[in-house]
Amino acid sequence: MIVADRKPLDEILDSIKDYKKIMLMACGGCVTVCFSGGSKAAGLLASQIKMARKKQGKAIEIIECTPERQCEYEFIDELKNDIESVEAVLSIACGVGVQTMSEHLPQAITIPGLNTKFMGYPVEHALWEERCAGCGDCVLGWTGGYCPIARCAKKLFNGPCGGSSDGKCEVDKDIECVWQLIHDRLKQLNKLDNLTVVRGPKDWRTSTNAGQRKIKFEEAML
Amino acid sequence: MSDFEPKIVAFCCNYCAFAAADLAGAMRLQYPPSVRIVKLPCTGTVDAIHMMKVFEDGADAVFVAGCLEGECHYLEGNLRAKKRVAYVKRLLAEVGIEPERIEMFNLSSAMGGRFAEIVEEMTQTVTKLGPTYKGGPKEPVKL
Repeated sequence: MIVADRKPLDEILDSIKDYKKIMLMACGGCVTVCFSGGSKAAGLLASQIKMARKKQGKAIEIIECTPERQCEYEFIDELKNDIESVEAVLSIACGVGVQTMSEHLPQAITIPGLNTKFMGYPVEHALWEERCAGCGDCVLGWTGGYCPIARCAKKLFNGPCGGSSDGKCEVDKDIECVWQLIHDRLKQLNKLDNLTVVRGPKDWRTSTNAGQRKIKFEEAML
Repeated sequence: MSDFEPKIVAFCCNYCAFAAADLAGAMRLQYPPSVRIVKLPCTGTVDAIHMMKVFEDGADAVFVAGCLEGECHYLEGNLRAKKRVAYVKRLLAEVGIEPERIEMFNLSSAMGGRFAEIVEEMTQTVTKLGPTYKGGPKEPVKL
């Protein structure tokens, strides 16, 4: 799922300093699960904003709402009337949600309240780690299910660098060396031969390096 | 500042802290009239948003009082409350409100004297800090 982190409060306060009435739009999808952008996070952020503005002597009215998913226009359409009554929308959805708002309801100024981080997996309750970089050409088939693109700092394709030590990455000792994980997993699967194949440079055109990507599913189009 | 009367909200669990507050009354102990007690089944039911809303509505301090650690009637509700109080301290600090305005205490039902001391301590702390919203219009604490 998409994992996001709230922007620093000072940055949020600065971005809404000119407004007296805003909508704080949460999202009931991924960011609810990672605690950064659900209705509960919206309540806490609204409370912080109101307190900060009260301290400044500049009261602010905040309408809170949480569409099922902010990244789909069907869910934000029903909030159209409320949006027209506010000066700006502070969105605590991922970047897709913010852009859905900007494109579908351009009459509202939509300001991001989160920094969208990565596609990740909860390794334990309330702790997420990056797992997929959306590179567009999955290599998990020959790496034993561990992604060297999302999890290797250098995105290496042919084994670890010299910074791998005791299974840890030189960038941070709390980060596991994914090439150690790949090696151990392939050994367990009796597929170490996968590592004897020299992999050529990755074609990054399938990633974000060749412009915006689109996927069309013809059969389902109306 | 001499006419400042702090408003303190206390979230007390039914089994220990509220019983301690009750005992303080039964013992005729004197403590400042600044505290408003909210009785709860367990401090584990107090969410960060409850504590934040109290500050938003103009309270000068909040304390959460639960059972002694390891003796929660619901096993670990008071430990959850402890984490949430720490979280609210961080949220308040971000806003520029002194984190000392919120504290977690653990009491047994026999600690009526300690309850009175806690109210005294919190009142002194807040009296030194002054109102949460200095200069701004004071609003009543809505409960």
